[in-house]
Amino acid sequence: MGRYIIRRLIQAIPVLLGATLLIYAIVFALPGDPIAALAGEKRMDPNIVAILRDQYHLNDPFIVQYWYYLTGMFGGDFGKTFAGVPVTDLMAGKFQVTINLAVTALVLEAVIGIGLGLYAALRRGRPADSLILASTLVLISIPTLVTGFVLQLLLGVKLKTAGIDLFPIAGVTEGWRSYLLPGFVLAGVSIAYLTRLTRTSLAETLRADYIRTAVAKGLPRRRVVGRHALRNALIPLVTFLGADLGTLMGGAVITETIFNLPGIGQQLFSSVHLREQSVVVGIVTVLVLVYILANLVVDLLYAVLDPRIRYE
Amino acid sequence: MKKTSTPVLPARTAPGDGPLLAVDDLHVEFATRQGVVKAVNGVSYSLNPGETLAVLGESGSGKSVTAQAIMGILDMPPARIPRGEIRFRGTDLLRLPEDQRAQVRGQRISMIFQDALSALNPVFTVGWQISEMFRVHRGMSRRDATKKAIELMDRVRIPAARQRVNDYPHQFSGGMRQRIMIAMAIALDPEVLIADEPTTALDVTVQAQIMELLAELQRESNMGLILITHDLGVVADVADKIAVMYGGRIVENALVHDIYRSPAHPYTKGLLDSIPRVDLKGQELYAIKGMPPNLLDMPQGCAFHPRCPYRQDNCVTDAPPLYEIGPTRGSACHYWREVFDDSRR
Repeated sequence: MGRYIIRRLIQAIPVLLGATLLIYAIVFALPGDPIAALAGEKRMDPNIVAILRDQYHLNDPFIVQYWYYLTGMFGGDFGKTFAGVPVTDLMAGKFQVTINLAVTALVLEAVIGIGLGLYAALRRGRPADSLILASTLVLISIPTLVTGFVLQLLLGVKLKTAGIDLFPIAGVTEGWRSYLLPGFVLAGVSIAYLTRLTRTSLAETLRADYIRTAVAKGLPRRRVVGRHALRNALIPLVTFLGADLGTLMGGAVITETIFNLPGIGQQLFSSVHLREQSVVVGIVTVLVLVYILANLVVDLLYAVLDPRIRYE
Repeated sequence: MKKTSTPVLPARTAPGDGPLLAVDDLHVEFATRQGVVKAVNGVSYSLNPGETLAVLGESGSGKSVTAQAIMGILDMPPARIPRGEIRFRGTDLLRLPEDQRAQVRGQRISMIFQDALSALNPVFTVGWQISEMFRVHRGMSRRDATKKAIELMDRVRIPAARQRVNDYPHQFSGGMRQRIMIAMAIALDPEVLIADEPTTALDVTVQAQIMELLAELQRESNMGLILITHDLGVVADVADKIAVMYGGRIVENALVHDIYRSPAHPYTKGLLDSIPRVDLKGQELYAIKGMPPNLLDMPQGCAFHPRCPYRQDNCVTDAPPLYEIGPTRGSACHYWREVFDDSRR
């Protein structure tokens, strides 16, 4: 098991290198001059421009620039922004917000998605099942942009003016409550998919031969479903949730903007605008790491849930 | 007699007269998109303690569905039992309230299945799955139940039971897995054991071992055994009597020796003729011509008539009843006498 983990982590290195190189090249190829942009409309002193370009190695060829960046990164130094702030400091605060948001979304997704899915699977073909299926379809077809604004207006603004202060409208000033509404909006589509996946997975498991055995053993239905079926039905759901953690962290630009959460989504967006190469690559690198680690954890959880899987 | 009086389950030790288990005029049908499938059409058979009844028939003949109806593990709906009785020690299980029915299932009547790999839960250890019987039904502690599980694994002769109790099903061979199924089924000393094609998925040598084990366990405990199979070879050695099923009906029942000596139904005769024989090596193997009946659209009259070499005009219109042709024998063929005489040669 230990050797398997080490091997997987070593495999992650070329993935990381490839991802950083790709992003670095894409930002490099963007039109515009970041130094000129620093001064806005005003003309800059050519001497200062020269000093700054030299300081940020902007006159070196692409591959040399990338080499500087890479060596710095492996030393834990993600470089500085053009305004002089260390990228690590900048990311730390932003990632905190994004992690809070993603974890809230993941918890909501797991609880609501699996809960509804199980309920629907056990009531297959009845009105409750059809209702759940129909609402997941609605949730899947509406873009986050719409659900975000609608829920913000209904549950944030209208409810507050009605005197019920449940969900903050925007910002992160009210602790974990600030993340509930954006978390739900962010998880929305995933909740719908997970509900459907759970329903199918449990329904399929309930048709398995070993479930017939469990019934023939005279076990109470609660036990047949809750123990024998659920343990097997959970396996595909864990993969989905694990893979989704990366998506939730990286795909929060719209949600963070609607609810004005200062996370990495917003940061990434503005950094691409400002051609802040080191910030963009830094954020992407960390996101790639999150993906890799989440996948590793999923694979390890697999072995825990399904004894037929062993890593050597 | 008021119809609402709920029957009470007789005790394990009840002396009782009559058979241990009696299926009487059982009908089972399934509602499907294409229409109603009549899977079992008036099956009757009985079983005494210590007796082995082999139920023989091809896929779709209704043999497994009858067994599942006895166990009460049919999904209802889509399944429906419009008619019939299943009497266990004289009590009709079909009229028993579910809580009492649950006391029978797995404890007094238990069942093993064809493919032990898919019939065992892949994510729990075999010890856990066997000991679950004691934990759930007997309220035993985890430790005592595991001890019982090891004893049972010893009893069905799994080598090194103590070391293997925490292994998972996929870590065992096919024969060992079927032994685990058997251990689970006999855990609570059932009075009836239903074995649904228990050796179909196994090697021939392992088949013999499993059948031997079942016969031995039966001798020790005097339980009744219903052996569902399509393998005539398995039947000859262990069964006391045979019921042959075709198209959801019993077409012939008899003591095992009688049926091998001289079948009295064209279908049984066809089955016996299609067994490969060394003295006929080189000749073409006999096969019953035609296809099994479509349960959605059963032939008029006798279900076997489209495939039957003895067919006469009335076979197409009149379904034969199960003629009593001897004290322990029945055949559902209008021309059973001809078949009987032919097969005696």
